[in-house]
This record gives sequence, C-alpha cells and structure tokens, in this order.
Amino acid sequence: MTANQVQGPAIHVQGLEKSYKKLEVLHGVDFDVARGSIFALLGSNGAGKTTVVKILSTLLKADAGTASVNGFDVATQAADVRESISLTGQFAAVDEILSGRENLVLVAQLRHLKDPGTIADNLLDRFSLTDAAARKVSTYSGGMRRRLDIAMSLIGNPQVIFLDEPTTGLDPQARIEVWRAVKELAEHGTTVLLTTQYLDEAEQLADRIAILHEGRIIVNGTFAELKQLLPPAKIEYVEKQPTLEDVFFAIVGDDGRHGDAGNERSVGTEE
Amino acid sequence: MTKHFFGDAAVLLGRSLRHITRSPDTIITTTIMPIAFMLLFVYVFGGAINSGSHSYVNYLLPGILLITIASGIAYTAYRLFLDMQSGIFERFQSMPIARSSVLWAHVLTSLVANLISLVVVVLVALLMGFRSGAGVLAWLAVAGILILFTLALTWIAVIPGLTATSVDGASAFSYPLLFLPFISSAFVPTDTMPGPVRAFAEHQPVTSIVNAIRDLFTGQPVGTDIWIALAWCVGILIVAYIFAMVTYRRRISFP
Repeated sequence: MTANQVQGPAIHVQGLEKSYKKLEVLHGVDFDVARGSIFALLGSNGAGKTTVVKILSTLLKADAGTASVNGFDVATQAADVRESISLTGQFAAVDEILSGRENLVLVAQLRHLKDPGTIADNLLDRFSLTDAAARKVSTYSGGMRRRLDIAMSLIGNPQVIFLDEPTTGLDPQARIEVWRAVKELAEHGTTVLLTTQYLDEAEQLADRIAILHEGRIIVNGTFAELKQLLPPAKIEYVEKQPTLEDVFFAIVGDDGRHGDAGNERSVGTEE
Repeated sequence: MTKHFFGDAAVLLGRSLRHITRSPDTIITTTIMPIAFMLLFVYVFGGAINSGSHSYVNYLLPGILLITIASGIAYTAYRLFLDMQSGIFERFQSMPIARSSVLWAHVLTSLVANLISLVVVVLVALLMGFRSGAGVLAWLAVAGILILFTLALTWIAVIPGLTATSVDGASAFSYPLLFLPFISSAFVPTDTMPGPVRAFAEHQPVTSIVNAIRDLFTGQPVGTDIWIALAWCVGILIVAYIFAMVTYRRRISFP
C-alpha cells in the first residue's frame, strides 16, 4: 500500500470540466483543500457539487483538468485514490436487508481489515447504535441511517472523506447528530469535503467555504473572509426572538444537542 | 487490485446470499409460475396432448426447468437494479476493492438462487410422477447444460439491471424469454405446427436444449441436439457477457 503520501494539499483540483452529453456542468473548477480541514462546497441544486465529488471519488471521468486526492491523480492512480478516501453519497448507501452491525462488518471485510467484528462494535458504540446493532437497517430512522452511513465511511481510517449533502432530508435533531460526527472527524485529523445547499451548515462546520455556481467556483474563503465581501454590518438594537429551532428543542427536550452545534445564532436582525 | 478478487467476491456473495435467505419469497415466487404451468399442463391439457411419450410430466419437465431459469433471472436484474438505485454500488466502486467482484458476486448469486429453484421444481415433478432412468453422468450433463443456460441468461439480465430506470424496466426483459418455450418442443412436438412456426420452433435455442435434456433424462443417445444446445448456450453467454461488460464500463467510466 502506498496510500500514506503526505505532501501538499489533501485535495487539489484544477481546471475541472465535465459535461453530460450537451449539458455542461463544470466549466473550470479550481480549489485546494488543506489536510485535516473541513471544506464546504456550497451551491444550489444542479450546481455540479455531486459531479465534483464523483470525479474526486473516481466514479466519473472529467473531460478536462486535473484533480488529485492525497497526492494521487484521480485519473491515473485511481486505485491509490480509493485507498485514501471514503464516500458518503447523497442517499445513505446502506444495505437495508442487513443489520447495522452486518453493514459495518461487510465494509471492514472489503477493506481487508483484521477483526471486522471489533471494528464494527467500536463504531456502533461511537455512533450510539449499539442498541439497534442487530436490527435490519430498513427499520432505522433517517438519522440512524445517516449515522450508520458515516460510520461505514470511517472504517479503515481513510485520510479524506467526501460527504455529499449529508443532512439533506434529515430532521433538525438528526442534523445536529451528523454535524457532531463531522466535527469529531476533523478533530481526529481527517480531511472532510462536504457539499451542502444549506448556508448555516457550511457556516457551522467548515474551515473554508467555496461557492459553486453555474459550474464555477465564484468565492472561496473562510466564513470571516466571505462576510467581508458583504457591505459592513449595521449595528441595530433588536429584541432577540427565539428561533423556531429553539422552540422545537425546548419542547422535545435537549436530546442530541450537546456541544455547540445549532445554538450559535448571534444577532437576529430585523428591518 | 485483482489480488483481492476472490476474497472480495466471496464477501459480496455472502452478502447477497443473505438477502436471499432473508427473503425466501424470491425463491418461492420464482418457482410458483413454473410449478403452476406444470400442474396446468399435466393435469388439464396433458390428457389431450399427444406427446408420443407415455408420461407427459417426463416430457414436460425439461421445458419447465428452462422457464424456471427465465423467471429466476428477473430477480438477478432486480437485485442489481436495487444496488444501483440505493447508491451502495457506488459505495463499493469507490472502495479499494477489486471492482469487477461486485458484478461477479451478483452473477454467482443468480446461479445459486436459480439452482435452488431448479431443485424445488424437480422435487415437485418427482411428487407428480416424474421418473428418470438417467445415470449420474447424464444428471451431471443436465446440470451442466442448466448452469450454462443460467449463466447465459444471467449476463443478459445484468444489462437491464445496470441500465434500468425503474423496477418494472429491470424485470420486463424476462417476459419474452418466458414465452420462448411455448414456441418450441417444450410442451408439444414441433411436427404438428404450421410451416413457418415450426421452422422458428426448430431453430430457436429452447428446442435443442429441451431435446438434449429430454434425451439425457430418458437415457436415449443425445445425438447432435446436445452440441447445438451447447453452441447456443455458449454463444448467448459470450455475446451477453460482451454487451454486459460494455454497459458496465460505461456505467463506471473507469476500468
């Protein structure tokens, strides 16, 4: 295995172009992702986020441009790239007929790891799925499925993880669970590239945010840098009303809301 | 990457076999139609059909076995389609595994599932009075032809499995295959059919395969039918495999 290349950025993308038949999706996408950081690719539906992820995870071939992951070229060293990455696609790609534990064991076996059972048990514990371990995944809630999906991605400790719209379709509680899992990943030194259409998700999680619009990256920077692109903030004194999210959690209890995710809303502005 | 091919294929085969043991209804529904045909033809139409054989169930079974396979491979396409649809196929393809093992696991699963269905159908036929004086070698030859036929149809099934956009599309391709045995020597001797129909019946694959299996079961010398049958099976297998691989390459875009 030569998957431990440590040089340069974790992901390097330059001049990436892709079209599906006559539909041009990417017209020259450039960005770098630093090792151990969380990078959010923000864009509306159809902006080309999934296409970028598919090219980086060796599922699609780019028409032009170069891309490397963990120092390996995605076109010429696809096998090394696959040793370095994990993909969590837009729809939780889990086996519905198998149990949660069997899903984890399956991935551990396919990654040729020793002692798949122990690996599975540790991840079940880490993602609070131990009680549901023996149940068929088809009985899981959306949030549990996503957690299992992300747990499956962590097996084998890949250096780079792609999360394609990890919280689309999840309820607020499940969303915060996923956010917590993503933050934990970055703390362990994993590089995370995440795509999202939710602005607050990028704000919450990402070290850097790039906005993909009509096949190009139009902005790329930290949240603070992005804020400077806007007209300077006006100072207004307003009464801070609870958000619907605050109300929701006040009523249903505080489950899944540890850490700082979700309660960092600083200034409520009102015209 | 190919160093893990057998290990990866075995792990993935274990996974899809679990799908079958957990939803045995796929085996049951595969066998229901051929068994129903067998009951219908033996107990309803059989009395009026002059097959030239004194036991109609003996005459009928080879064709019924082919119908069993044609109905079983619809599930092969269905299982592959579900993997494509759910995204788990992409997950596997983005992992450091021998990529082709994903497809081969489906093919082997199809073979195992069809063999189980065939055994069930043969057991029912035995209950209905099917008897054969065939020796071990003849039975092995029958098994060989059926395995080859299953593989040929399985590689055909891979194509809609990879390309279908709906569940119906994934399994609809098997209907014409189910129909072929009716215009063959499977149910009635071909010499009663009008000219053009008879010409078609005698030159399509099912007739030679049915005749070869029937001869093996009755302990007759098999003659040229078995070579024509094998040529059809191998020919279909090779052509279907090539088209399936082209489709597969197109779907994953990386070799």
